[in-house]
Amino acid sequence: MVIIIPEIIKESVTNLMKNGERSDDRGFDDYREISLETGVIKKAEGSARVKIGNTQIMVGTKPQIGEPFSDTPNVGVLMTNSELIPMAAPDFEPGPPDERSVELARVTDRCMREAGVLDLEKLAIVEGEKVWMIFLDLHILDYDGNLMDAAVLGSMAAIMDTKIPETRVEGDEIIIDREKMIPLPIKEKALMCTFAKIGGELVVDPSLEEEQILDARISIGMREDGSICAMQKGGMKPLTKDEIIKAVSRTQKITKNLMEHLPHN
Amino acid sequence: MITIITNKDLGTGTEASQRADGRAFDELRPLKIEAGVLKRADGSAYLELGGNKVLVAVYGPRELHIRRLMQPNRAVLRCRYNMAPFSVDDRKRPGPDRRSVEISKITSEALTPAVFLEKFPRSTIDVFIEILEAEGGTRCAGITAASVALADAGVPMRDLVVSCAAGKADGQVVLDLSEVEDKDGEADVPVAIMPRTGEVTLLQSDGNLTAEEFEKALNLAIEGCKKISKEQKNAIIKRYGD
Amino acid sequence: MIFIEDKEMVIPGDVLADDEYHSGRGTFKEDGKICSSLVGLVAVRDKKISVIPLQSKYIPKRGDVVIGEITDIRFSMWNLDINSPYSGILPASDVFGKEKRDLNRTFDVGDVLFLRVVDVDEVKKVKLGLKGRGLGKFRDGILIYITPTKVPRLIGKKGSMINMIKDETKCEVVVGQNGVVWVKGEPTMERVAEKVINMIEEQAHTSGLTDRVRNMLFELLGKEKPSEEPKEDEEQEEDVENGEELIQ
Repeated sequence: MVIIIPEIIKESVTNLMKNGERSDDRGFDDYREISLETGVIKKAEGSARVKIGNTQIMVGTKPQIGEPFSDTPNVGVLMTNSELIPMAAPDFEPGPPDERSVELARVTDRCMREAGVLDLEKLAIVEGEKVWMIFLDLHILDYDGNLMDAAVLGSMAAIMDTKIPETRVEGDEIIIDREKMIPLPIKEKALMCTFAKIGGELVVDPSLEEEQILDARISIGMREDGSICAMQKGGMKPLTKDEIIKAVSRTQKITKNLMEHLPHN
Repeated sequence: MITIITNKDLGTGTEASQRADGRAFDELRPLKIEAGVLKRADGSAYLELGGNKVLVAVYGPRELHIRRLMQPNRAVLRCRYNMAPFSVDDRKRPGPDRRSVEISKITSEALTPAVFLEKFPRSTIDVFIEILEAEGGTRCAGITAASVALADAGVPMRDLVVSCAAGKADGQVVLDLSEVEDKDGEADVPVAIMPRTGEVTLLQSDGNLTAEEFEKALNLAIEGCKKISKEQKNAIIKRYGD
Repeated sequence: MIFIEDKEMVIPGDVLADDEYHSGRGTFKEDGKICSSLVGLVAVRDKKISVIPLQSKYIPKRGDVVIGEITDIRFSMWNLDINSPYSGILPASDVFGKEKRDLNRTFDVGDVLFLRVVDVDEVKKVKLGLKGRGLGKFRDGILIYITPTKVPRLIGKKGSMINMIKDETKCEVVVGQNGVVWVKGEPTMERVAEKVINMIEEQAHTSGLTDRVRNMLFELLGKEKPSEEPKEDEEQEEDVENGEELIQ
């Protein structure tokens, strides 16, 4: 199913932006209301429910013991998967993940992995044989624009919430001690900030309406220190170099505020 | 070799009830229902029953794009029951398995008798049930929440279908089996009814029961349904702030 | 015997009355009882019981006026989304007569039109037309989507509610019976109208709505509230049977 956006909606949103306004009265650097709860799914070792405006994602983590990749025998694995389930929008179809869903999972994964959010070496149990594999599953419940930032925020929070059993090796026996649950080895925090380009302007946290009419999109993953860990340009039209550079500097300010939403440990 | 040390406390039950979680034989787990929780869906509901967390979205009646499914004189009611990967102890691989396909089918059949499908020929009503956390009895929880979501979507119905299971655990016929009772118990009987007429729209039985025990379980499940039915109504009324 | 009161909120399956009463919209008769089939408010008129739904989809009816969006251009017609389980078609012959012309030069995909439902056939094919006062393509403005059953509430008695919004915001407002509303005026005024219409959508089932809408309008426009609050009409919404009321 293809959703066609009425031409007059495109025009009215674009014209407003040229006047420095948005149809929901936000400033260009403002997020919609954000809410974040952790520990919401007891059966998941870590979980978070994130809402940005009406966009809603449930994120859960599940640790499993598995074999490491042969080229990295002494590091654990973080696997990110996302499902744009048909509950979340009238045009999401049941079935295997489509390209939007795969992009969302891969961008989230890159942002977390390249930022070095987890000290993966500490997730090795027996070098070359057994490591912790952390499955991070994004369940998209309600799609009202800007899944990227919600996905990374929810993932970061779910990882911070995750506790895995302590393991030790005794002879050739691996002991998994569920009576001693320990937090994941977190080294860094990273979040993502997405801009939509509409009518020549860049606005943060695009709503569904804005996302449906945007010319281009840029998502920037950033660590706490303001360094960049991931980026993704999207949309059918180009961005200028100047726009990209400005987006990065705006992200440095915005990410600082966004970090406040994460649980404080 | 991998050894797992667990601290799962299954409880021993009280003298009065002998159920692991201390409930009386005819007692439901704590229940919470909320209607209208999603923005995009035409209707939605969230339900918690014990440790179960279920979210349901309804879209429709809407245009059906698949011609071979189209019914010339009525709408089709399609259900999709799905478990989130993190909803169970061992991660569930995404996508439908045989169990979820069967549950989707019987859910659709449990709801269909209540819906005035003939009012919307050639269209579809889609019900999406997402199990966010599973603790025994998710199919019943899904059906109960789906009725609330259908009502919330403004779909005309004869009644709100409501569902609850009874069964036999530890030699005793009990209402609303928990996960432990379901796994270790002797039998599980999920039932759905239309409470106004008492007609049964879902019935399964898994396990061994005498005819007397079955009748007792069925009666117990129907009584459970009636209790849950009140909460369905409250959830819908509350949605409009009255 | 009647088991409920006028304006009481009911849900599907609720028993409303014995069959000495007549079964109206939103109800059905079973085993000698009138029951509700919807979530809505009961309306008792003499011996007829109806339920006015709080939520519903638009089902096209001949003579209705609707706002639709062009989704496809075919050989001799346009396809339109009319916010309904059934999509509509606008035959080229209705626009051009017998003359042959290029369809996409007239209306393109994404255009928004105000149309009349000319016919709904047995297979739910919805034929639309543009013949009539005020019908045609919209230029500029914004669209707002409300529940179709709330359209009469937005119009108000003899257009009182919608006229108040028009007068205060100086916007043109067109309401389709399919729940799509078009508003055109100063951009800031369009947003004021949008907020007010969304509030009506949310609170359509409550009483005292006209006063609250007036207060909200005055507040958003930064005007002083009228010292003497006009007494609210008994807001008994009527069915809008005639589309002309909507065009004005």
